[in-house]
Amino acid sequence: MQSDIKRLSLILLFAPFALWIFLLIALPHIGMVILSLREKVAPRVYEFGFGNYIDFIQEPIYWNTLLRTGSMSILVTFLALLIGFPIAYYIAKIAGNRSKGALFLLCLIPLWVSDLIRAFGWILLLRETGVASSFLLWTGAINEPIEFLYNDVTVVVGLVYTVILFMIVPLVSTLDGMDDAMVEAGYNLGGSGFTVLRRIIIPYAMPGIVSGCIVVFMLTAGSYLTPILLGGKNSSWFTEQIYDQFITRFNWESGAAFGFLLLAFTSLVVWLGLKLTGQTLANTVAKS
Amino acid sequence: MTVTDTPDLECTAVCKDFGQVRAVDNVSFQIPKGSFFSILGPSGCGKTTLMRMIAGFEDPSSGDIEIKGKSVLNTPPNKRNVKMVFQHLALFPMMNVYENIAYGLRCVGTDKATIDQKVKDVLERIALPDVGNREVHQLSGGQKQRIAIARCMVLDPDVLLLDEPLGALDLKLREAMKIELKLLQHQFNTTFIYITHDQSEALVMSDHVAIMNEGRFEQIGRPEELYHAPKTAFVAGFVGDSNRWSGKVSAVEGGKAKVTTDAGLQMLCQKRDGSDLSAGQSVNIYVRPEFISAKRADTGAAGDLNAIRGKVDSVLFNGANSRVLVRGPSGELIEADVVVTGSDSDLRAGDDVALSWSDQQTMCFAT
Repeated sequence: MQSDIKRLSLILLFAPFALWIFLLIALPHIGMVILSLREKVAPRVYEFGFGNYIDFIQEPIYWNTLLRTGSMSILVTFLALLIGFPIAYYIAKIAGNRSKGALFLLCLIPLWVSDLIRAFGWILLLRETGVASSFLLWTGAINEPIEFLYNDVTVVVGLVYTVILFMIVPLVSTLDGMDDAMVEAGYNLGGSGFTVLRRIIIPYAMPGIVSGCIVVFMLTAGSYLTPILLGGKNSSWFTEQIYDQFITRFNWESGAAFGFLLLAFTSLVVWLGLKLTGQTLANTVAKS
Repeated sequence: MTVTDTPDLECTAVCKDFGQVRAVDNVSFQIPKGSFFSILGPSGCGKTTLMRMIAGFEDPSSGDIEIKGKSVLNTPPNKRNVKMVFQHLALFPMMNVYENIAYGLRCVGTDKATIDQKVKDVLERIALPDVGNREVHQLSGGQKQRIAIARCMVLDPDVLLLDEPLGALDLKLREAMKIELKLLQHQFNTTFIYITHDQSEALVMSDHVAIMNEGRFEQIGRPEELYHAPKTAFVAGFVGDSNRWSGKVSAVEGGKAKVTTDAGLQMLCQKRDGSDLSAGQSVNIYVRPEFISAKRADTGAAGDLNAIRGKVDSVLFNGANSRVLVRGPSGELIEADVVVTGSDSDLRAGDDVALSWSDQQTMCFAT
């Protein structure tokens, strides 16, 4: 009797999660797999086959776009880590208890504004008639208005801005758990500032670094708005290809295949990253 | 002073202010080579601040700190040959035991073979030869303690600072570690400075103890000096247990002061060197429980002793440290050590007793 109730409550508690996983994650993906493995042989006639994947390999522009998306995402992740780490360290270790909360809140503020509005904010700043260009004209530093939009630098800057928060949050929570005495012990035993950073702070923060990097990389590689709006047609982001296949060309089979390729590619990069840094998901993401 | 007897550590008039608060106030002391020195004080007395200044994590507002005769005021913490065992040890959890100990040696650029040898040696000296490959979380509390000490000692420091390192251990282990620390100190023959609020730790292990209160050193001395000849009322009250009465000096004659307590009891106390008591002064009197003898009232007390009659309120049995609480004539509770033998002659609650103690054991401080 008692065990029946226990089992029932477990089932009830578990049900929403199971439904969510099954209906919103598993089922659509199964549908996508089936879709991506259909080849169009004649109008409304389909056959099972790997044609969509073969098309991808045979057309350099596709896999170039995927590689470009991947490498730029890695760059964005790296920059977010580089900029985010000192900020997180300051919030977690140097700022006083009261300013800690305020600073953390300041980091969260951009999240209250939608991605779209934030991207348009950048456009207002960086377009030919925008704030930056007008200001430079006014100071006399340039003679003609400059278009800052629609290049890779802008895309990277915009992406770093969008995702850096997801780097800072796990870093702050990991660094917060570090005893100050550990850093002091590092100095006390003769370590220089660099040694303490390299041998103590970074290894300690590794779970936060890895989980932040994974989240940021996945978000960047899968982002659509920021690269399109800030990079225009030049951005060649892979999500744009997927969108094209689905919406413009109405080629759902190929779009589904591309979607899967993106998932496989980003998973591969994350796996490689974990291997190279000698970390596992269990002792990093699960811990932080 | 010749080179050989340069103290390992000397502080001269060290002060530290945090805003308006003076955390450490004009502290001066010397620690001779190879001794075990404790700084004992209640929490918030400034002992941790003092230690952090010696380690270099805080700069003194004024005064000088010398290690082996050289001022270290402008030396950053990582260049001082003062190592520290932190309160929660601060072992590096991402490194194994070997790496923890080797960390300091790597920082000074020791070559690999020497590191291997030194780590092996120090692990043998702390009697944990086989733990090199273990992770920190696999060690017991006492083992972690010893690794934290080994991690410092492998660097051969001039002074080792210990910041209440036994606080996190359970009672039994704490007792064992007290003895072990003392033995380790003898073995390494390095100067240990031990910070604690636990007087039994300080008294058991130390060659010298400084009692600190509100940023000042109240008294520096050997443990038995502090216990038997406290210089200030704070030391008398803080070190060991004592019964306290407040009162006024009614007369001073022949090196002895007669004191009338607030409750009207008469007590005689020996004047100590350097103290000046005069009639009419208000004083606090401290008497340790082990110097008070409690006997059944019918046996009577000797003439020249301080004596009080009372009734046993309760017997606190604790083996060799058993005590009686006696309700005195004015209702106060007085503690006295007794021997509980388990026979009929033991004191029981409700017995009338005569308490007596000698004037020599009556410590009197002007308030």
